[in-house]
Amino acid sequence: MIYLQLFLSFFQIGLFGFGGGLAILSLIQMEVEQHGWMTQQEFVDIVAVSQVTPGPIGINCATYVGYTTAGLWGCVLATFAIVLPSLILMLSICKAYFWLNRHFTGNPYFEQTLRMLRFTVIGLIASAALMLIKPTNFIDTVSWIIFAVVALLTVLPNFAKNKVTDIISHPILLIVLAGLAGYVIYA
Amino acid sequence: MFWQLFYTYLKIGTFTLGGGYAMLPLIQREVVDRKNWINEEEFLNMIALAQAAPGLIAVNSAIFIGWRVGGWRGVCGAVLGAVLPSFLIILAIAMVFKDWKDIPAVEAAFRGVRPAVVALIAAPLFKMAKSAIKDKGQRTKDKGLNALFLLVSLAAALLIWLGHVNPVWVILATILLTLLVVDIVERRRR
Repeated sequence: MIYLQLFLSFFQIGLFGFGGGLAILSLIQMEVEQHGWMTQQEFVDIVAVSQVTPGPIGINCATYVGYTTAGLWGCVLATFAIVLPSLILMLSICKAYFWLNRHFTGNPYFEQTLRMLRFTVIGLIASAALMLIKPTNFIDTVSWIIFAVVALLTVLPNFAKNKVTDIISHPILLIVLAGLAGYVIYA
Repeated sequence: MFWQLFYTYLKIGTFTLGGGYAMLPLIQREVVDRKNWINEEEFLNMIALAQAAPGLIAVNSAIFIGWRVGGWRGVCGAVLGAVLPSFLIILAIAMVFKDWKDIPAVEAAFRGVRPAVVALIAAPLFKMAKSAIKDKGQRTKDKGLNALFLLVSLAAALLIWLGHVNPVWVILATILLTLLVVDIVERRRR
């Protein structure tokens, strides 16, 4: 039963995961929360781990949830399930590539829907961030200081783009530094 | 062909941190510049398709290139190569993570990391909103539509955050709404 649930959940995440990585987070969050597969803290932790390990966040989450809920087969199944919709859809797109190109380029319905989805994705990512602002993740003032510093450093290259800002805004560096700060302050 | 695509994507999958978008320059270097499997224009088309279709961008691009270069075998090789590194690494982490978290030092470090993760998710939003509005090649003159789009993205965030609505319904609703609005606009134009 757990296998079927895992398959359906991650198939659905793959099928509706428009906009890739971060946009998929809110879908995953909703699924794992509803099934009680992960606590909110565990979810944030695995997103942190995903940011510092190679590969797409969706695969990382599927593998982790699959393993913790149903062992080795669970993680194979969940990873397969999140990739399957892509396989079906992208292969159909590839096969019908020239036909699609002729009929859908310049079609206002098609183009505006794609454009709309870009905005929806922004909403999805915002909701993922908002749902994570909770006392379990923000335990005291220090948490808010870390949040503010990381947010500022991340947007810095938008205002001053050079080698220094590129390096200090790198997510891996920021997560490692936040971890060190946490260790120094809370341990 | 299976092994060539597998090996190329394994390399890309192993050395890109931060997921889909970080992979694109590496894919371009390997697939377009080094192997000449597809040309520059096809690569740009591929990115557009991989982004428009649902699913993980890295996997979508692996499927497209795998298919163009080596048919079914190519697809299998590229997808396995793209997925395997992160699968194995996370599997290893999941196996030891439960025990790790009981170590006070690790838990202390994660207390610092959690707010940082929330900031990393939230911070790129403004840039994304700006580029979504400015998007070239699309009909951006339609200010009414732009305002509607922004309003919908705000509504989407609030519905999911406060209303706990499943994002799937939000996505389906926005697709229907857009089709409806475009239909009205098109009819009026004729």
